[in-house]
Amino acid sequence: MIPGTGGNAESGGPLLLGVRHHGPGSARAVLAALDHARPSAVLVEGPPEGDALLALAAHGRMRPPVALLAHAVDDPGRAAFWPMAEFSPEWVAIRWASSHGVPVRFVDLPAAHSLALTEPKEDGAEDGRGIDPIGVLAEAAGYDDPERWWEDVVEHRGPDGRPSDPRAPFTVLAEAMTALREAYGDGGHPQDAVREACMRLRLRAARREFGDDVAVVCGAWHVPALRTRATVAADRALLKGMPKVRAELTWVPWTHRRLARRSGYGAGIESPGWYGHLFGAPDRPVERWMTKVAGLLRDTDRTVSSADVIEAVGLAGTLAAMRGRPAVGLTEATDAVRAVMCEGSDVPLALVRDRLVVGETLGEVPETAPAVPLQRDLDRQQRTLRLRPEAGRRELELDLRKDTDAARSRLLHRLRLLGVHWGEPAAGRGSTGTFRESWRLHWEPELFVRIAEAGVWGTTVLGAATARAETDAVSAPSLAGVTALAEQCLLAGLSEALPVVMRALADRAALDADVGHLADALPALARSLRYGDVRSTDTAALGEVAVGLAERVCVGLPSACTGLDADAAVEAQRRVDGVHTAVGLLADTVGTDGPAERWAGVLRELADRDAVAGVVRGRAARLLLDGGRLGESDAARLMGLALSPGSAPADAAAWIEGFVGGATGGGLVLVHDERLLALVDAWLTGIPADTFPGVLPLLRRTFSAYEPGVRRALGELVGRGPDPGRGHDANVPAAPGFGEGRDEERADAMAPVLALLLGTGSPAEPGAGR
Amino acid sequence: MTVSVQTDAVGRDALRPHAEHTFAAELAALAAADDRPRPARWKLSPWAVSTYLLGGTLPDGTLVTPKYVGPRRLVEVAVATLATDRALLLLGVPGTAKTWVSEHLAAAVSGDSTLLVQGTAGTPEEAVRYGWNYAQLLAHGPSREALVPSPVMRAMAEGMTVRVEELTRIPADVQDALITILSEKTLPVPELAEEVQAVRGFNLVATANDRDRGVNELSSALRRRFNTVVLPLPATPEAEVDIVSRRVAQIGHSLDLPPAPDGMAEIRRVVTVFRELRDGVTTDGRTRLKSPSGTLSTAEAISVVTGGLALAAHFGDGVLRPGDVAAGILGAVVRDPTADRLVWQEYVETVVREREGWKDFYRACREAAE
Repeated sequence: MIPGTGGNAESGGPLLLGVRHHGPGSARAVLAALDHARPSAVLVEGPPEGDALLALAAHGRMRPPVALLAHAVDDPGRAAFWPMAEFSPEWVAIRWASSHGVPVRFVDLPAAHSLALTEPKEDGAEDGRGIDPIGVLAEAAGYDDPERWWEDVVEHRGPDGRPSDPRAPFTVLAEAMTALREAYGDGGHPQDAVREACMRLRLRAARREFGDDVAVVCGAWHVPALRTRATVAADRALLKGMPKVRAELTWVPWTHRRLARRSGYGAGIESPGWYGHLFGAPDRPVERWMTKVAGLLRDTDRTVSSADVIEAVGLAGTLAAMRGRPAVGLTEATDAVRAVMCEGSDVPLALVRDRLVVGETLGEVPETAPAVPLQRDLDRQQRTLRLRPEAGRRELELDLRKDTDAARSRLLHRLRLLGVHWGEPAAGRGSTGTFRESWRLHWEPELFVRIAEAGVWGTTVLGAATARAETDAVSAPSLAGVTALAEQCLLAGLSEALPVVMRALADRAALDADVGHLADALPALARSLRYGDVRSTDTAALGEVAVGLAERVCVGLPSACTGLDADAAVEAQRRVDGVHTAVGLLADTVGTDGPAERWAGVLRELADRDAVAGVVRGRAARLLLDGGRLGESDAARLMGLALSPGSAPADAAAWIEGFVGGATGGGLVLVHDERLLALVDAWLTGIPADTFPGVLPLLRRTFSAYEPGVRRALGELVGRGPDPGRGHDANVPAAPGFGEGRDEERADAMAPVLALLLGTGSPAEPGAGR
Repeated sequence: MTVSVQTDAVGRDALRPHAEHTFAAELAALAAADDRPRPARWKLSPWAVSTYLLGGTLPDGTLVTPKYVGPRRLVEVAVATLATDRALLLLGVPGTAKTWVSEHLAAAVSGDSTLLVQGTAGTPEEAVRYGWNYAQLLAHGPSREALVPSPVMRAMAEGMTVRVEELTRIPADVQDALITILSEKTLPVPELAEEVQAVRGFNLVATANDRDRGVNELSSALRRRFNTVVLPLPATPEAEVDIVSRRVAQIGHSLDLPPAPDGMAEIRRVVTVFRELRDGVTTDGRTRLKSPSGTLSTAEAISVVTGGLALAAHFGDGVLRPGDVAAGILGAVVRDPTADRLVWQEYVETVVREREGWKDFYRACREAAE
């Protein structure tokens, strides 16, 4: 019924171009074959609902890599992508058709059916069949790596330099695939039968409409199926009664990174950048590639000479010959770059892999493309949560104990992660409880654009936020960034992203040499643990990481607090405070005393070590005293040491600041413990006049921060007795907070009133109060 | 270090015969089976050379033993480099079989691994260029007969592979003498107003230690004359434990140390600690670690275990215990007193303390650190 074969131009049948998706060699071959055959229409493997969108492919603002995205209208999580790069044969065919004014159609199974058939999974375009046809062919040819076999046999044997029939590669490949399909049938993928029936039907329709000389660009695997004789009735029967969903399609921008296998919706190719280069380079691809690599390395300040480039090209060629390959492949090129330009090291090579082999190209889609499913998902959530986007600003109070409010909070947090700043967290009204949250909402039209941009990350708010968080965790510049992200993940309820974020966090914590960063990261983590409690998320992993972090801080902090200048010392003291609070929280949540005990040991070490900055020593002593781990007499001893005449006044003043400064109610310890006050007083009055101006600013800073009441009480205490210790001689026990001894005059003034009240009649003599 | 040890010496009295003698049969079989094109003056084709190094079975059934167990890619790059214009530099920490590989490369490519310059701090320029037979020189004046060629000069004249061991130990000015040889492929002899031109087939294999301190770093001019291949440390813990225990047994024997009855557990532990710190990740791959500044090579693990054995034999009860190796490990890890000590403490507190069955070792580490 369809007599034409791929290579048979004379027969007048349709031109069947079997390709490997994303093979640059295939793309070149397709281009050459189309130029040669000039078909009346081009049919491309893909969902036919996309026909309406094909016009956009010719749009000036459309730049690959892009992906055709199909999603179920009612369930945006159910989606499939057909990624297309500049070097994809499908893309090349579409662009050829639009630039030559030739009609172009998609011929695969409609997305309405394929989405209904499959559970949402990895990849819509790649054929996830039971057997790997290319793998089988490669094995037959004695290759262990199918990709490499394909490269050697097909990609490298492109039509360039060969004036022979541009259809020859397709004929050979079609024959091989026919043999394969005879051996393996449908290869263990039942959906193929339906898809191919659909392709045949559409091919028939196209031939009726455009005549016999149409061209079909599809996966090489399908070519034999398109050639088999099957009746229209049989094909229709196959398609009958297929489940169906309402599907919508659009173009979304794509990246080279997402084309690579190791991320997200992979298209199954590891080196899109290399393929792009092979496709784009007009000639001498290896020479051009090495020049590119040299340029990149030079940009990162490595000296790479032209001689190196020459040598690398030579070595790659020798390697290819030694390995018996027809041309230099990526493996040879990489080996040569490593040996010649990178001095055998893999470190600069990682850069080459990242920037060139994978590449950072980002696609672009014109604004006229239909809305992305993410927007629909958001619309639906906004409806169910009764949270309408409003142009005006408004405040929103959430009580996280209510399910709806908790869901609203999660939605807002997720959107923030995606860069859609619809809501900003605001300081809560009065309440500081962890179950309350305040938001300031403000919807702006630009946010629609932001959502369209965020569509790259996924089709649902949850999925997109998860993907975004995972990517951010890996690329976050600092440890604190990852910690903040972990906190956000908990707030946004992204439990699936959490393991990745935790992993990144643990790795960074282990490698970060600056204990300051670790100390900065710890409080946020401890806080997150508490949020986890409120929101009943599983935080066991988080607790483990936090405890590990605390251990590292304990090991590194003492030496990080020595030899600091004044500013750095204040910073270190702030960190000690932060870690102290965090360790306290941690002990509550994790339920072990391990970190708290170790931390107390660290504080003791800090308090005792002379090399540690004064302000840190003072603060450590204070924290120990507050925690009941240091007796008052020990505190007095430490203070005595710090304030003894041997230590520099500036250092002693810093100690005081650390000990009694900062924290609310910091001065109360002096009000309550007059021994300490006496020590401070004695030290202060003993400072020589010429050094006093030096310590004055420090002291003023310390004491002026106290609450007025504390200041007044201190002033009174100091004013009352220049040396309160003498009061003890009078053999009169002093009540706490009161001065020693009695004020005779004031007591005398009271005596008449007392006498009157007691009814003793006669006013007592002065001094009777005794 | 991942090498196979050939035990049957080829009927010679030499304590350690050259590779081309030990494996003469394999080389001959390879040459017979090899029908691929050979570069000028090569005894084998590049493909056969890499088969010789990596091992395999020839069509006639001859079994070629693997000389180097490691990534095939590295050997292929090394061999391909020798077939090009550039010299080959094998880099790696001590004990990664650099010398072993270079010897076998020379044996397979040129059939002769004896053209060798051993690099030391005292290597003179004569070792790289040429010297004079002073009796001849005084008696007859400068002449070809009075000239004593260096291994490099002979290799140039005969189109052979010459080896330079420990290139970075050679003083910088002597290193520079190599630049002309490698770039111009000629060695002028101004005294005789002539020159020795390298014939096709000449190339040079140098080895160098890439993490040793206090060496003469290669100038960029010289570096550009080399393609670099970095030989990695043993890939699996089992391979490394095997190497360490074998070497320790050999060394212990020569030092007359009594064999430790149950040393394997400690050897495994030392290797684990070294590998984890070196790789910056625990064996289970779950925890990242900081790496200290030292190399922590297999060779150092061997010396830690030997030291521990000596301690156990002379001061302990003859059984290798955690305390015997802890101090040695500490010494190997902590090269920089501040930074490395932190790294070590972190490792002890976060990894060693938690690990099942490592309680004794943890205590020993705490004691050693105080």
